[in-house]
Amino acid sequence: MAPVLEMRQLVKRYGTTVALAGVDLEVSEGELVGLLGPNGAGKSTLVKIGCGLVRPTSGSAHVCGAPAGSRQARAALGYLAELFRFPGWQRAGEVLELHQRLTGSSGGAAERADLLELVGLGRVGSRRVDAMSKGMQQRLGIAQALVGSPRLLMLDEPTSALDPAGRRAVRRILEEVRARGITVLLNSHLLSEVELVCDRVFILLGGEVIAEGTPDDLAASRGVEIETDQGTKKWPSARREDIPGLVRELVGAGERVFAVRTAKPTLEDVYMEAVGGEMG
Amino acid sequence: MSTAWVVARHTFTECTRRKIFVIVPIVTAGFLALFALGAHYAFQSVSGTVRTGPAQLVDETSLAGSTLVGLSMFVTLFLGASLGIFLTFGVVRGDAETGVLQQLVVRPVARSGLLAGRFLGASFLCSTYVAVLYLACVTVVGLIGEWWPTSVVLPGLSLVSGVIVVIALSLLGSVFLSALPNGIVVFMLYGAGLFAGLLVQLGEGLRSPSVETTGRIVSWALPFEALYQSGLNSLTSSATGLTRVVVQLGPLGGAQEAGPGLVLWTLVYLAGVGALALFVFNRKDL
Repeated sequence: MAPVLEMRQLVKRYGTTVALAGVDLEVSEGELVGLLGPNGAGKSTLVKIGCGLVRPTSGSAHVCGAPAGSRQARAALGYLAELFRFPGWQRAGEVLELHQRLTGSSGGAAERADLLELVGLGRVGSRRVDAMSKGMQQRLGIAQALVGSPRLLMLDEPTSALDPAGRRAVRRILEEVRARGITVLLNSHLLSEVELVCDRVFILLGGEVIAEGTPDDLAASRGVEIETDQGTKKWPSARREDIPGLVRELVGAGERVFAVRTAKPTLEDVYMEAVGGEMG
Repeated sequence: MSTAWVVARHTFTECTRRKIFVIVPIVTAGFLALFALGAHYAFQSVSGTVRTGPAQLVDETSLAGSTLVGLSMFVTLFLGASLGIFLTFGVVRGDAETGVLQQLVVRPVARSGLLAGRFLGASFLCSTYVAVLYLACVTVVGLIGEWWPTSVVLPGLSLVSGVIVVIALSLLGSVFLSALPNGIVVFMLYGAGLFAGLLVQLGEGLRSPSVETTGRIVSWALPFEALYQSGLNSLTSSATGLTRVVVQLGPLGGAQEAGPGLVLWTLVYLAGVGALALFVFNRKDL
């Protein structure tokens, strides 16, 4: 099966500034993929190229087999921009209705009710956008992106302006979206969010992919630490399976073992290591 | 349902919700009341045909009526153009900068549909407004002074066409400029157009062909002005003698006969402006 999103040697230059320097990226059906990187790494540019908002300088991008930006590609995706705004005079239901018309969705009132329910706005469908909190608008934005049952959902920093409760709500929505079989590309600064929900992660720096893998792969075990009466001893290359043997060895040598830990970095550790502490 | 229709309807709903259909009529009613008052006193002070010299007759009623309607056309064009500019000056870059446009453009619709929808929506609203205001002014003058223009329809059509040209220019500008600079530029172009009309009058008065030609070129380069002049001209086309000369001096820009060439030029102009706006918009990174 063709990947839902496929980018090959994608380059984007703005004058002399290189936003993307030959990115290869592939997202398969049903995956929830995270895009990480400091400010200016090229994440938003990459997402915008996927949506057809920005044209690449060279390379190719395809959505569900169609060139990114083509009508067919846009029909297959839903998108929420990092800085988006719906007209304040519109009601939540009207925002969705407008996008239904533009998408050609025949879902009608049932689809609108389902999407508002999904994002926890079931009771405020008739509320004006300018009377909604930032968190509610963000959730409405996700509902809007889901109009027309897209195969690919591209979210650019959907939780950046939210409080912890709002972030948790968005995380729950993403899990529900994944359960519906929708592929998601999530561009986020919030490493803990990405670690919690994403199947795979791409880390971008200077317009290039510098690391890729599942959060578990990226944050793979970095050795074993054993605390004994002689102090804490480290085996940097040891794995979880090596622990019984190491403990047996230490006990055999007459040491008393108090605690055993696998040294597992967080995604944040991996990220900071990968980007070299670079600030955006 | 076509994209253009969806977007045009959206523009209409926006105007309703933002109370534009409440505020504009209230302000317009104020203007009409003032206009009626002015017309009342103007006609009170005229007394039919007067002799201004040997064998020279001026129909004061025609003079007052055409001056008042001409003045109202100037105001109508200004109000219609202002409404059109405010409805469209931020359509592309302005809306992109506030994050409104991106959510619409990623939908499986042609960018031309979005642009056409905003153009149609604004044009429909402003044309209706201009037509209603123009007819109201003509009616006020007709009822108070018992003077009716030679042609009621042609000046009205000229005004409507002029406002549509201004809207097209505003949309084109919005592809290149943010909302504020675009609004300023379009208003300055509007002013330049009106000045071109005065230049033509000045050139005629001073018998300076170069000044007159310059004014005419600018009027046609910004055809809302040529349309306005043509509208003024058809307003008083039946006036004769000194009355016609005096009337043609006109308030705020002289009347000029344009002919069918202006209609053709306006259509070509609108098509060109639209094509350029679309060409740039289609290639624009958002």
